[in-house]
Amino acid sequence: MLKILKYSFYDLMRSRWSYVYFLFYLLLGTVLLFLNNDLSKAIITLMNVIIVLVPLIGTIFGVMYYYNSKEFTELLLAQPLKRNSIFLGQYLGVSLSLTMSLVLGIGIPFILYGIFKSDSIWNFSLLLITGAFLTFIFTALAFNISLSNENKIKGFGYAVLLWLFLAIIYDGIFLMSLVLFEDYPLDKLSLFGTMLNPIDLSRTLILLKLDISALLGYTGAVFKKFFGTSFGLIISLLMLFIWILIPTLRIMYKSKKKDF
Amino acid sequence: MHIRFNTYHITKLHRLLIGVIMIGVHTMAIHANTLIVCKTCTHATISETVKAAAAYDTIIIKKATYKEYNIKIDKPLTIIGKNYPVIDGERQGEIITITSDDVTVDGLFIINVGTSYTEDYAAIRVKKCKDFVIQNVVLEKLFFGIYLEKARDGKIYHNKIIGDAVEEYNSGNGIQLWYSKNITIEHNFVQRVRDGIYLEFSDYCTIKNNVSSNNIRYGLHFMFSNNDNYEDNTFEKNGAGVAVMFSKKIKMYRNTFKENWGSASYGMLLKEINDAEIAENTFEQNTIGINIEGSNRIQYTKNNFINNGWAIKVRGACYTNSFTQNNFLHNSFDVSYNSKLNDNIFDQNYWSKYTGYDLNKDGIGDVPYRPVKLFSYIVNRTPETIILLRSLFIDIIDFSEKVSPVFTPDKLLDHHPQIHKIEW
Repeated sequence: MLKILKYSFYDLMRSRWSYVYFLFYLLLGTVLLFLNNDLSKAIITLMNVIIVLVPLIGTIFGVMYYYNSKEFTELLLAQPLKRNSIFLGQYLGVSLSLTMSLVLGIGIPFILYGIFKSDSIWNFSLLLITGAFLTFIFTALAFNISLSNENKIKGFGYAVLLWLFLAIIYDGIFLMSLVLFEDYPLDKLSLFGTMLNPIDLSRTLILLKLDISALLGYTGAVFKKFFGTSFGLIISLLMLFIWILIPTLRIMYKSKKKDF
Repeated sequence: MHIRFNTYHITKLHRLLIGVIMIGVHTMAIHANTLIVCKTCTHATISETVKAAAAYDTIIIKKATYKEYNIKIDKPLTIIGKNYPVIDGERQGEIITITSDDVTVDGLFIINVGTSYTEDYAAIRVKKCKDFVIQNVVLEKLFFGIYLEKARDGKIYHNKIIGDAVEEYNSGNGIQLWYSKNITIEHNFVQRVRDGIYLEFSDYCTIKNNVSSNNIRYGLHFMFSNNDNYEDNTFEKNGAGVAVMFSKKIKMYRNTFKENWGSASYGMLLKEINDAEIAENTFEQNTIGINIEGSNRIQYTKNNFINNGWAIKVRGACYTNSFTQNNFLHNSFDVSYNSKLNDNIFDQNYWSKYTGYDLNKDGIGDVPYRPVKLFSYIVNRTPETIILLRSLFIDIIDFSEKVSPVFTPDKLLDHHPQIHKIEW
């Protein structure tokens, strides 16, 4: 598995897209910092970008990589190799290279700007951690989609739809249902709803840091426990792990059964 | 004795003779006696000494622990503690009660005031008198700290009040003014009591350079008090922040309101306030920066609102207020209204969320800014939706509301949003 991971990783490192992705974040970080001159404002803007863009790139890139390297995968399958190690290797290779582009792309301008000397360092590291989590989650989901669909166009379509659903439509439905059932106690429902969407989950994680004063304005006891203590942080991180774990297990299961 | 006799007569003379009185007081101070209290002196207790002293004497208390309460000061005296002598009330009741004019209390350490559910025991109570000075006093384990009752023209300087209050119902206030006038409260530290500083029916008072923090209820609390000033104070981590209620013509300058967190917590709570001026204050990391209800003709100028949940929450019945040249920096919500009605002016403020442009480079944004977001309206209705803060979907609906307002006050606009942060 490690060999395949290494191969995928180096393959991607040489690819143009990794550089484009890296340069995009580098540019974004630099422009934000040097035009704004305000670390916390730059972090908030970056958060908005990361939460939307990282899942999109993750899904598209994952699907693209799978379909592009399909012939090579079939060649590998003819060798005496475990299927698990082939697909997991590829998956980890893609996710790791994307995460690296993200971390380096954003990290370099912030380090040059002097993030280590400022008190925003925790907010910033949280931003990178959520970015990494989102990359891993959405690449795994992309592999799931492409494993289930032989048709390239269909696979891409589903991938974009998945992103659209989780990034925007889900929140719309969520908001509508909260407003619709406003007569009932909703704090458990709203927290539960957040857990079911990795994008909302990472958004909540960042809210915990940036908007804690607003979040504490709501009276619900469950809310208070969730946001007022480190309980919220732990649960959110745990749920993000589960969000990686389940799609990865499905990759393993699906790849074992699939007829190539 | 002869001189003292004379001065008594002079004080009864016509008011025009005030200059003469001053001279009289002066000569009297020279001839007044000094009494010393210590464990081995002729006067071993403070109450005894006060009884023995004549008007305008000075009492010096040497360092020791005096277990006394109900010390009644009924003549003009200067009481000075050397190296902070301790007066321990053993939780029996009130400790010092001042009922005479011209009393100075300086440098005492008072602990263990009695707690009662029927009487407001205080460490130092000033009752129906004027021209007093209370300074450099340290109060600990108290019920009420310094309690002024129908007092006038007094000064409260450099005191340190550290309570251990846990519940609202069985704790008292740090400094309480009741029907008092012309009081100056400066450089005091008040911590962990019910209300740090409480003014009820007290006019023309000045509250300056105090630090009031970690109190159970309010850092500063005004009720039915008019024409007061408070300046350069810091209010931090109080249960519910600062409350100004049912008062008129209050001036609030250069105060700092910080980290008042909770569902009923405010940097400042304004209720039924008219004609106030609020300028150059800083509101930082409060759940609600300023909560306004039934307040009219208030000028908000040059205030900083930084990282609050809600910078300004307008509840209703607020007319002709004006918000000019304030900085709104990174608040989750800048302004929130619970209705479509607006009679307040927002002009020339700096909004960190402003996304417009300035083509003619005059420092004023060319597109008006709309500070009330649709989402703040939704959160007002269904508080749980706060969990969707900063979601892309919310940004989209906020944008569509911005283009054509349906739920938020459509005339509420800042026509001259500043491009640069306002400095002063």
